[in-house]
Amino acid sequence: MDSQLTQYIPILILLLVAIGAAAGMLIASVALGRWANRGRLQNRAKNQNINTPYECGMIAVGEGNTRLSVKFYLVAMLFILFDIEVVFMYPWAVVYRDMLKTNGPVILGSMVSFLGILFIGYIYALKKKAFDWKS
Amino acid sequence: MTGQLDQLFVSLKQWLVSFLPQAAQPMAGILLSISAIIGAFATMFAITTIMERKILGRIQNRLGPNRVGPFGLLQPAADGIKMLTKEDIVPFAADKLVHFLAPVVLIIPVALALAMIPYGRNMTAVDLDAGILFFFAVGSATELSVFMAGWSSQNKYSLVGAMRAIAQMISYEMPLVLSTVSVLMMAGTLSLPLIVQAQSGYIYEILPRWNVFTPWGLAGFVLFMIAATAESNRAPFDLPEAESEIIAGYLTEYSGFKYALFFMAEYWGLFAVSGLAVTLFLGGWNAPFPFLQWVPSWAWFFAKLGTIIFGFIWVRGTLPRLRLDQLMNFAWKFLLPMSLINIVVTAMWHFSRVFQFVGAREMRWVLCALVLAIPYFFLGRALGEGRPAKRNYKFAE
Repeated sequence: MDSQLTQYIPILILLLVAIGAAAGMLIASVALGRWANRGRLQNRAKNQNINTPYECGMIAVGEGNTRLSVKFYLVAMLFILFDIEVVFMYPWAVVYRDMLKTNGPVILGSMVSFLGILFIGYIYALKKKAFDWKS
Repeated sequence: MTGQLDQLFVSLKQWLVSFLPQAAQPMAGILLSISAIIGAFATMFAITTIMERKILGRIQNRLGPNRVGPFGLLQPAADGIKMLTKEDIVPFAADKLVHFLAPVVLIIPVALALAMIPYGRNMTAVDLDAGILFFFAVGSATELSVFMAGWSSQNKYSLVGAMRAIAQMISYEMPLVLSTVSVLMMAGTLSLPLIVQAQSGYIYEILPRWNVFTPWGLAGFVLFMIAATAESNRAPFDLPEAESEIIAGYLTEYSGFKYALFFMAEYWGLFAVSGLAVTLFLGGWNAPFPFLQWVPSWAWFFAKLGTIIFGFIWVRGTLPRLRLDQLMNFAWKFLLPMSLINIVVTAMWHFSRVFQFVGAREMRWVLCALVLAIPYFFLGRALGEGRPAKRNYKFAE
């Protein structure tokens, strides 16, 4: 197998172990909980109120999935924009020192111009009050 | 002798694996290190919960748990048994499958992130070329689980808590990732063991060559720790679970062991991100002084990790919770520009290496500190809400 891929085999094993451990613990706890509360559970059939959504003891009002402020979605969009920038910065940061010796102006100029364009976008979002939560 | 103690766990693993046939050895080695990590951090979770309650108790002028076992040290065991035997309550409106899967989905990424970290010399469970990239990639997957928990519960408070959590986590992920870029620029690698290696050695034969002892490293460390606090939903950034406002956020409808799993995953995430801070800025498993190198490397790592976690607990006991608009302003208008400026400072530090005269190091320090301090001052002023209006107390004079 390709050596690039072989180093990910431990990850796969860890993934399986983690899934197994977490799911196993959960199933065990559900079974143990049933067993430990078997006396109470028999009387439960009459009273289903314990399974209602928790709302500080009141009967729940309205739907569970209410509408939420649009600001949350705005933050998600901004996140995508700025996270792409980080994706570009990581490979740049890794080769920065090596390339500086041979190709200094290229590596510096490319990142400075990229950050400059990004900064204009940041100022625009700031002026449009995209980061403000009070409205 | 010191070398043997240092490599104790590595040779123990090799000795155990050597009983197996040749073909099964690599697989068994991986399984051994993975189970060691899961076991060690499950124990550390138990210790941290009891220590956190004890320390918070001391900060708040009370005793903390002291009934179960000597000094209350068996409290985690009692809590575990209680959580295990609790009845599992699922709301009738909930999406049962997603409600069940959410804690499992949260455990997986934090366990994967923990496997990336070098715990000592030759003690990295999974040594990837792009370790830090993988760390952040799986770290982002925790948001998915939070939203699964909030949405499937069909409860208003859960949903509001989940939305808050996601908005907070993605806002603080930017400064978290950007503050590591400067370390990568100077180390020139994405592999975590190699980053630790780049920080070995001593300046003037006494001061450690850790990243935190450079201006960009110090600023990056502070930015990283603030963002890490928000990322792991700890006070003062614990808005997603603000119990006095929205019950328990996305954990409202969870009980018994599902709740315990969420709790454990959150602490594991805290350990993982603290371990990354130790690796990137505090020199990983390197000893702080040359004459202390006889102490095993893993002991240094866990000492540093414990110190950082103590810092987290201290901050939790000290600071009040932020408001949501303050939280967002802080991330977008302060931390993000500051972490970008920090990258510029890193480049400056690198270029000013040409100065070789006496006192050049101190001069570079002052120069870089000034470049950081001026934006800090102005951004902080723009962020502040000015002086609070004078209050008139009618009855409390």
